[in-house]
Amino acid sequence: MKKEWPLWEVFVRSKNGLEHRHFGSLHAADAKMALENARDVYTRRNEGVSIWVVESKHITASNPENNGELFEPAQNKVYRHPTFYDLPDEIKHM
Amino acid sequence: MKNENLYKYILGIADNNLILGQRLGELCGHGPSLETDIACTNISLDLLGQVRSYFQYAALIANNESSEDDIAMLRPEREYVNILLVEQPNTDFAYTMAKQFLFDAYHYLFIQKLQSSKDETLSAIANKAIKEVSYHYRFSSDWIKRLGDGTEESHDRIQNAINDLWTYTNELFSQTEADKAMIAEGIGVDTVVFKEDYYNKVSEVLKEATLEIPESKYFQKGGKEGIHTEHLGHLLSELQYMQRTYPNMKW
Amino acid sequence: MSEAQIKDSRTEHSRSLEAQFEARIARDEKIEPKDWMPEKYRKTHIRQMSQHAHSEIVGALPEGNWITRAPSLRRKVALLAKIQDEIGHGLYLYSATETLGITRNELFEQLHTGKAKYSSIFNYPAVTWADMGAIGWLVDGAAIINQVALCGASFGPYARAMVRICKEESFHQRQGYEILLTLTKGTQEQKDMAQDALNRWWWPSLMMFGPTDDESPNTAQSMKWKLKRKTNDELRQQFVDQTVPQAELIGLTIPDSDLKWNETKKGYNFGDINWDEFWQVVKGHGPCNKERMKARISAWNKGQWVRDAAMAHAEKQQSKNLNKAV
Repeated sequence: MKKEWPLWEVFVRSKNGLEHRHFGSLHAADAKMALENARDVYTRRNEGVSIWVVESKHITASNPENNGELFEPAQNKVYRHPTFYDLPDEIKHM
Repeated sequence: MKNENLYKYILGIADNNLILGQRLGELCGHGPSLETDIACTNISLDLLGQVRSYFQYAALIANNESSEDDIAMLRPEREYVNILLVEQPNTDFAYTMAKQFLFDAYHYLFIQKLQSSKDETLSAIANKAIKEVSYHYRFSSDWIKRLGDGTEESHDRIQNAINDLWTYTNELFSQTEADKAMIAEGIGVDTVVFKEDYYNKVSEVLKEATLEIPESKYFQKGGKEGIHTEHLGHLLSELQYMQRTYPNMKW
Repeated sequence: MSEAQIKDSRTEHSRSLEAQFEARIARDEKIEPKDWMPEKYRKTHIRQMSQHAHSEIVGALPEGNWITRAPSLRRKVALLAKIQDEIGHGLYLYSATETLGITRNELFEQLHTGKAKYSSIFNYPAVTWADMGAIGWLVDGAAIINQVALCGASFGPYARAMVRICKEESFHQRQGYEILLTLTKGTQEQKDMAQDALNRWWWPSLMMFGPTDDESPNTAQSMKWKLKRKTNDELRQQFVDQTVPQAELIGLTIPDSDLKWNETKKGYNFGDINWDEFWQVVKGHGPCNKERMKARISAWNKGQWVRDAAMAHAEKQQSKNLNKAV
């Protein structure tokens, strides 16, 4: 048998109040091992308070070839941003 | 020495860590996968970190200008009082994990009790170590299950290793005079109290791992009296090499 | 459209993709794994990144040789932690390489069959404790210079791995320098041990930056792709300039009679590197090439049944859970 341990993506919450961030990946036979390995590989220096692991094959990613249609239409919706609206100078914060 | 029993008692705890940590260190860079390599080194680092705390305390008690390194590296073989289990060679990953598991299960129960030692330093060391040790136990028992209930080959290998090493488990619970004196003072841990607990715990994991619990009634001991298997001398010749070859120098 | 026309429009298309790609790099944009990239960019990155990863894990071997013999507990834990980091860095780099569509198994295969290279410095033996100092100070020092430059590499996963690695490696060089510092403050025997280590590791460290610029045919392309941010000779000069005063400070002598401060270039002139030795080691005939490969292959082969067991166990658990769910 020559089956490689699958690849997992590791997400770490550095401290409470922050979101989990992608830290990197590693190989493990199962989820439990992936968590244990993630702890030893990515939080040796006290970098985390919580770890998520997900097998890489379960991630669906957008295709950069479609970036135009996916992301460019959002660029010209200036009315979603506060600076689009004119207010009298007297109003300092809104 | 004023507190000779306490001194001996500390060595009895710390030598196990030292020798097992040294054995694990041999594997660094040679593990079955990069991830496993890193994990085993972490355990080695935990154990050696604990050793330093114990020996620094022992050096304080000895009060004769000896340092943690003198204690770790300059005793003759007969004065090392680790149990025989931890000095056994790594042979293969099955032996490494079986040895680790049989020790971790004990170590966890021991450190748990040491937390309520009347000796403040020992209880402080135990308070810190308990988190490390409970992780070690989780790690090695997971591996016992993987190897036991993995492939036919892994099953045979880990069963073999458990059978071989089983003979050293009883010594975990033997008590020296110093142990007894420390138990009487409320400083030491009465290991006999959790002996049954230990074998239950271990058996449970072995069962889950589809492994047989060895039935042998014959056990080896002697480490706690300084009478070791032939393996220890070779381990010490590396551990002590620098201190012996270049005496009285700072590194 | 005729077939020829179709072919023409395809090459046209890929030419324009390539032009866009080059423009993105010129604008300092990062390239991410799923982005279009020229095949040569992908291959060159697999080669360089995996070479870097291999160097980390083979690099663990000479130092690993001293774990069991470290002279004090403090030194032992520091050395263990450092080697553990190196294996971790190998892991980060393999993972980053895997984003380019090659598996770690395939990369190991390339290492074990000799198809892939690793840094030649690790084919020298670590014979005394002082070598732990020299390796940390010189070898890690040289590696850091390379790596800091690579934090700005164009390929996102590589640059990110480098940032993490640089952050973690900052203690490695200090650890090595401190070992030598302690020796130079010690007995004559210890001082000699330190000087001897510097004598043996100095020249191989200079070789770590690779052939001179005029002998390095890939440099121009690598610079353009920001896979390299400075040339070999620039980095080597930086290393010499930074290291010479550090040696002086602890009373060690760089083993180079041509070493001399050059006021006009504001840097040191240094002697000729023995490139014959360099190529001999690169081609596999250094003092420890065979041992290093043997050790890696043996670890991998001995681990096969362990990896298989874990996989088999995981599959059994999965089917158990599936049955439960039904």
